[in-house]
Amino acid sequence: MSAQHYEVMVIFTPILSAEEFKAATTGLSNFVTSNGGTIIAEDTWGLKSLAYPIQKKTTGLYFVMEYSTETSINHKFEIQMNRDESIMRHMITALDKHAVAYNDRKRKGIKVQPIIKRATNGETLNSEA
Amino acid sequence: MARTDIKYLNNNAVDKRPKKYCRFKKMRIEYIDYKDGEFLKKFINEQGKLLPRRITGNSLKFQRKVSVAVKKARQMSILPYLGDLLK
Repeated sequence: MSAQHYEVMVIFTPILSAEEFKAATTGLSNFVTSNGGTIIAEDTWGLKSLAYPIQKKTTGLYFVMEYSTETSINHKFEIQMNRDESIMRHMITALDKHAVAYNDRKRKGIKVQPIIKRATNGETLNSEA
Repeated sequence: MARTDIKYLNNNAVDKRPKKYCRFKKMRIEYIDYKDGEFLKKFINEQGKLLPRRITGNSLKFQRKVSVAVKKARQMSILPYLGDLLK
């Protein structure tokens, strides 16, 4: 089966200390790598205030990870995350090619300019948004 | 702003509003990220509800992508389901 690009966003309970948070995030990435997936990028947003209280807590530790695995791994990943009490909420989203390109550009910090003119052969002049 | 006190015989030129366009088509944006709440806030009103297409001017394809992104952002509590967000 082909490897698909996925992105998981996890909210941990804020009572986790820094080391526990670090250990939890590395645990997630180890799960993916041990099942034959490859981690593309990890992004810890850290403590952020929630838009509405989850489990009576108003802040959460955010963690975003982009990876590519076989399609069957995500089911096990979901079960493992559901079992983990320190995770308040998680969401796995599949990324299509535009999303992957968007994330790459965001990481490289390329400024996005609208395309004003197109060359005669229909090929865009400057970088695509 | 056009002066409203003068009443023209045929006032087609008085309240001419600019043609709405789909910002995603014009800017060639293909993917709407559910993670940046600031950008998505443009598509929800003060109570946090999704704005209709006739107000945002989006094309159907991108209005659906926006609604999917907003619902994901609400799920991950980046945007509130209902709230008096002071925009």
